[in-house]
Amino acid sequence: METRQIETDVLIIGGGTAGCFAAITLGAAKDKRIVVAEKANIKRSGCLAAGVNALNAYITEGRKPEDYVEYAKKDAAGIVREDLLLTMSRRLNHVTKKMEEFGLVILKDEKGRYVARGNRNIKINGENMKPLLAEETARQDNVTVLNHVNITDYRLVEEHGRTVVRGAYGFDVNKPVFYEIHAKAVICAAGGAAGLYRPNNPGFSRHKMWYPPFNTGAGYAMGILAGAEMTTFEMRFIALRCKDTIAPTGTIAQGVGAKQVNARGEIYETKYGLTTSGRVYGTVMENRAGRGPCYLRTTGISKEQEQDLYKAYLNMAPSQTLRWLECGKGPVEENVEIEGTEPYIVGGHTASGYWVNADRSTTVPGLFAAGDVAGGCPQKYVTGALAEGEIAAEAVLRYLAQEDAESEDREQNGREQREKEQNDREYKDRGPSADGTEPGIPNDAQEKKAEYEAFLAGEESGFSAEQLEEAMQKIMDEYAGGIHTDYRYNEERLAIAAKKIRELMPLLYKLHAGDMDDLLRIYEVRERLIVCQAVIAHLAARKETRWHSFGENTDYPEKSEKWRKFVNSRMVDGEIQIIYRNLKNGGICHEHTDSEG
Amino acid sequence: MSIRIQKDKCIGCGQCTEACPGNLIKKGVDGKAEIRHIRDCWGCTSCVKECPVNAILFYLGADIGGRGSVLTVSEKGDISTWRVEDAFGNVETIRINKKDSNKY
Repeated sequence: METRQIETDVLIIGGGTAGCFAAITLGAAKDKRIVVAEKANIKRSGCLAAGVNALNAYITEGRKPEDYVEYAKKDAAGIVREDLLLTMSRRLNHVTKKMEEFGLVILKDEKGRYVARGNRNIKINGENMKPLLAEETARQDNVTVLNHVNITDYRLVEEHGRTVVRGAYGFDVNKPVFYEIHAKAVICAAGGAAGLYRPNNPGFSRHKMWYPPFNTGAGYAMGILAGAEMTTFEMRFIALRCKDTIAPTGTIAQGVGAKQVNARGEIYETKYGLTTSGRVYGTVMENRAGRGPCYLRTTGISKEQEQDLYKAYLNMAPSQTLRWLECGKGPVEENVEIEGTEPYIVGGHTASGYWVNADRSTTVPGLFAAGDVAGGCPQKYVTGALAEGEIAAEAVLRYLAQEDAESEDREQNGREQREKEQNDREYKDRGPSADGTEPGIPNDAQEKKAEYEAFLAGEESGFSAEQLEEAMQKIMDEYAGGIHTDYRYNEERLAIAAKKIRELMPLLYKLHAGDMDDLLRIYEVRERLIVCQAVIAHLAARKETRWHSFGENTDYPEKSEKWRKFVNSRMVDGEIQIIYRNLKNGGICHEHTDSEG
Repeated sequence: MSIRIQKDKCIGCGQCTEACPGNLIKKGVDGKAEIRHIRDCWGCTSCVKECPVNAILFYLGADIGGRGSVLTVSEKGDISTWRVEDAFGNVETIRINKKDSNKY
């Protein structure tokens, strides 16, 4: 592999919703150089690839940010960081305005006000939202985007007796190029984790899932390996979706007012509560009681409404419109069957992710988190991810300024470095030297490169990344509360899951990569296996059932006041260690030091 | 859920290989696009939208109700024209103006 070494001020890992907005925010800091590393191409990568049909986090007229905090808190049964929710909520309308400036079409009334859909949502045409973000990112002349570069590990450096994140390592997903990126600060915006559990359609359409199957938990895994504190992995997210196509249901439910009904035509949604988890749980329970399948009752809507649904789905989940047209019966004639998805870990919907401060700094110096990787702040959706990208970007600038102030020497070096780089705008390839010793590259970079090369050099062992992924998904499905057990688990099952997942780890190093794409698949399954270990440890640590389906512990089927606290964790010497932390109310800054047993 | 690339139409421009969020499309030895892992398509239709010659057909796998219909989209100015052709050659089109917000 060829080595490419890059120096920058800020590295953003992941050019999705949060990562692009962080880059755009940092675009205003002209004296700083920013690199975005994205494993696909930022034009259509991440959650917004197909589009989005509404902005679900917005402070509508007459409401205030605190109302949004209350809503999210209630939906998560209290396990939220109000300081994080509040800092996010205060920016929701501001980032929406920015998106409109970038070209996003937002529905307005005759007075020029946004038209609300419910209490927190506004209507848009979001098919091109990601291309708009990508274009705006590309417009920043101090931002360099590295498309098709997959980051696998942080670059950790010992400085003044502490471990600091100073960049990351990765590889080109198509060409044999090793990337060693040196950065003064890193924003992780790599997204959540799909594909941990066996999916709804495990065969040919295995990737027809709610969350991007390409979001493999890299950000979580890198944080876990770097010893960062993580939070609330036991609050999994399960989406209620249109059967088979796994397309959104909210558009139908809120758009045409369709209710959830069982096979007998009875409305059941009100029986189980209208929280996000309650809607999934109700569907599971009706099926268990023999009253399934369940539907969204759409029959009787008008032909015009049907046409509008077709258009809305083409703008975000085209497979659903294709499905309606394919079977010759639209929602006017036939109710839409619904089902729960496999569980995901995703901090934009539930509270899983890095344990961060209000400025989105993590517990590891130099590392910031935004979007689906950042924990404690559920119901972010698209606008919340944008807001967190902006918060993290601003915090990074303060961090860099503080670092400069702390050390005059460092300031001097930094200025020289920046001047040098400004004279040399193009990143130069500092490939291996003729004798192959690559002077100047630290040993850990060489080790990482050697690790990649070992996969490429190895021999076929009969195991493949795909096989390991299937094995992992089967274990998670059967023993850690997947679709197979109606999302239920108990301590015995979790112990088995932990053992079986651990047994898969050594097989990772038997895998062979025929090309760079194979190497990508190997690292994706590695990331998922690491995240699975944390999920299992968290599920076992919360000895109650606080959220039905999201965390359904049959040994402890009730909710308990005792468990109004965070379950956090850190990897120490290769083991996940659980840390409990108290809830704090209000917008009080939650520092990392409030440890509690 | 997957795509079918019509080799006779593909001009090998590489826009789909660039756009796929899963790195699933590569250029084959003939210089034309081919999907690496047919089961790994998410169904986002990025490649269908990027293809300048409508060489990529989007279809549902039989396991999720696919019965042979294919979906394509072409863009002209602000108008996206989505076209579904079923197994018997019946065609349905839906036009969406990008300047119009979703109703729902």
